[in-house]
Amino acid sequence: MTGYIFRRILQAIPVFMGTTFLIYFMVFAMPGDPIVALFGDKTPNPAVVAQLRAQYHLDQPFIVQYLIYLGGIFRGDFGLSFSGEPVTAILARTFPVTARLAILALLFETFFGILVGLISGLRKGKLFDASSLAVSLVLISLPIFVIAFVGQYVFGVWLGWARTTVGSGAPLQDLILPALVLASVSFAQIVRLTRASVIETSGLDFVRTAYSKGLSSRRVIPVHILRNSLIPVVTYLATDFGVLLVGATITEGIFNVPGVGNTLYQAIIRGEGPTVVSFVTVMVLIYLVVNILVDLFYGLLDPRIRYVK
Amino acid sequence: MSVPLSTSAAVKPLLEIKNLQVGFQTQNGLVPAVNGIDITLMPGQTLAIVGESGSGKSTTAHAIINLLPGSGRITGGEVLFEGRDLTQLNEKQLEEVRGRMIGFVPQDPMANLNPVWSIGFQVEEAIRANGIATGKEVKQHAIRVLKEAGLADADKRLRQFPHQFSGGMRQRVLIGMGLSSRPKLLIADEPTSALDVTVQRVILDHLATLTREIGTAVLFITHDLGLAAERAEQLVVMYKGKVVESGPSREILENPMHPYTQRLVAAAPSLASRRIQSSQKNLTDLGYSAPRAAEGLDLVEAAAARAGKQAATPVAGGPAIKVDGLTKVYRIRGAKRDARDFKAVDDVSFTVERGTTMALVGESGSGKSTVAKLLLRLEDASEGTITIGGRDTATLRGRALLDLRRTMQPVFQDPYGSLDPLRNIGNTIAEPLQVHRVGDRASRRARVDELLDQVALPSALATRYPNELSGGQRQRVAIARALALKPEIVILDEAVSALDVLVQAQILRLLADLQAELGLTYLFITHDLAVVRVIADHVCVMQRGKIVESSTVDKVFDNPQQDYTRELLNAIPGANLKLGV
Repeated sequence: MTGYIFRRILQAIPVFMGTTFLIYFMVFAMPGDPIVALFGDKTPNPAVVAQLRAQYHLDQPFIVQYLIYLGGIFRGDFGLSFSGEPVTAILARTFPVTARLAILALLFETFFGILVGLISGLRKGKLFDASSLAVSLVLISLPIFVIAFVGQYVFGVWLGWARTTVGSGAPLQDLILPALVLASVSFAQIVRLTRASVIETSGLDFVRTAYSKGLSSRRVIPVHILRNSLIPVVTYLATDFGVLLVGATITEGIFNVPGVGNTLYQAIIRGEGPTVVSFVTVMVLIYLVVNILVDLFYGLLDPRIRYVK
Repeated sequence: MSVPLSTSAAVKPLLEIKNLQVGFQTQNGLVPAVNGIDITLMPGQTLAIVGESGSGKSTTAHAIINLLPGSGRITGGEVLFEGRDLTQLNEKQLEEVRGRMIGFVPQDPMANLNPVWSIGFQVEEAIRANGIATGKEVKQHAIRVLKEAGLADADKRLRQFPHQFSGGMRQRVLIGMGLSSRPKLLIADEPTSALDVTVQRVILDHLATLTREIGTAVLFITHDLGLAAERAEQLVVMYKGKVVESGPSREILENPMHPYTQRLVAAAPSLASRRIQSSQKNLTDLGYSAPRAAEGLDLVEAAAARAGKQAATPVAGGPAIKVDGLTKVYRIRGAKRDARDFKAVDDVSFTVERGTTMALVGESGSGKSTVAKLLLRLEDASEGTITIGGRDTATLRGRALLDLRRTMQPVFQDPYGSLDPLRNIGNTIAEPLQVHRVGDRASRRARVDELLDQVALPSALATRYPNELSGGQRQRVAIARALALKPEIVILDEAVSALDVLVQAQILRLLADLQAELGLTYLFITHDLAVVRVIADHVCVMQRGKIVESSTVDKVFDNPQQDYTRELLNAIPGANLKLGV
């Protein structure tokens, strides 16, 4: 098992190098001179420009700049934003908000998605199944900003159950509505995935054998049908959790959530290269870690994966 | 048609099925699968239901414990178990009957254990659900039933998972599970058809001993008449959802009344090889039970004809296949990172003369299919030479390799998996012609018609798709495709193993006819020695990658030299049956 984890971490290294290199290269290739841009309309003093270039290693070749940057990352130094604030400080401020939102959304979509999917799968073709399929189709078809605005209007303005935007400090009760919006699309996917998986598993031979042993549905459904059906669902949830953790730009924007996605969006608009690169680098790291954790979780669900190396 | 199986009035029947009807709801309405059958089983007795796939035998088994798949439901009749009609019970009452009173051993050991739970968990939950034991005793009881079922090291393997068990071991687990509550009736639905013959024999012997000790009656479901007759006192023959014949096994075997049963007796390879053996002195005596209704299907006659023809035609030209010192080594990455070598094929040598059939016989894992792959150059040999038609194949590349493939075509086991579902039959058969750029569109079409005719399929089938065909028809298509390039050699890798006996007999006959007509050389790979008797001239018996015995068919059957060969022969179901020959 430790060998397996070690190998997974080794595999993550080239992925990390490759993605950061690509991101750095893309930011490097963006048009415009960031130092000149700093001065705005003023004519820059060549001596100051040269000094700044040397300070940010912009006078070095691209590959050297990249290596210097990479070295900084390994020392925990992600550089400064244009406002002079360390990128790590911005991350420390925004990431917990996004993480809270992500976990909340994940809980909603996992619980309701699997529950509705399971009932649909067990009652294939019945009224519940048909209506849940219809609802999930509507949710999948709608762009998330439509769901967000409708949710904001209905629950925030009309019913007044929730605040339309997230207040300072992003308290949990303010995050419920954005989390539900964020969860809605994945919820629909999970319903469909669970349903299909449950229908498939229910028809398998070992389920019939379980019944032939004299087990009741109350035991067969959770123990023999649900657990086996969850394997593809977990794959989806895992990728989705990764996506949620690195920030939902649109939803965070609409509900004014001070999270990673919102901040990154602002940084891209303002052309803050170092902030963008650092944010994306951290996102890649998070994504890799989540992926490794999920692969380990698979082993818990399916012993065949646990023992095959 | 119902025949009372026992007239003893003192003992009440354990299971009485009266006029049972089962149907499946489809878009076109209710399709009947079982049409009013009657079966009576006395306590402690063993009764076998025999029939081909689609005869309704498994549906009957599932209907008894009300576990019909999908849209299936009982539409009429009674299933009286100890006088209680099981069809009238609610779910809760049924749960009490299942497992505790009626055990069930399913067909495919690979698919019938939940892969995500340990063996111990799955046995223990059955014991707990039926209230056989509580607390710590559950585990003790689980170990006991598994040991009874033949898992000697059950206490050590309880925490292992199904994928760590072989097929035979899994079937033992399922048998242990089925008998864990000491049920009065055990339904065994083709319990060993997925296993090697020798394993099958050991497991069925064990099952018989165990049920006799416990006093459990067995309802045994199988497609193999020989197996049924060997294992059960009573037989019920089912055909298209109806019971066509029932009675004591011996009587049915010796004097089959119904034409369908007669055909089954004639077509069962296990019985055929037995009949050949017992009538070696005088082949003409065979007229006794070769039923007139089944003309053209009798395997005994086919084998006799084959023996006569083989003796008459001398072999012309050099050998078609010559294999010398063939070895294939696979590198296995072990659990502890130690690479070790596994010899799948170990110093195998044999020669196949032109126009003859060589059978390569062995159990799963014996290396017989690897030999086929090496011959076809789908894999390269580690050592040794393969000479096809006088040419060493190891060095062939590109064009020459393509030419080799042209002279040598395979037919595989699974008629469902070996045809592309998105291609119609005509295109499937014409594909090799296209690949090898033979002829133009019109001549290819003509060739497809000719091939369909050769394998006795109507030419209208060319525009149909595989899902519209039966298993036997698909295998005919696969054979037609193999013959498209007019090969000299056909490698048949378990080509008839997945087919029902009657279909199997037809395909074997087709293969024999094609061989006579086209002068084909067959390499017939199988685990079933019974089939070998009727199709092959020479036999190589393989065990763990080595050829342990190699001789003519008659010598191997009449005078086996190796213990392993004897074991395989004894494992043919029905081998020890007394037939009224």
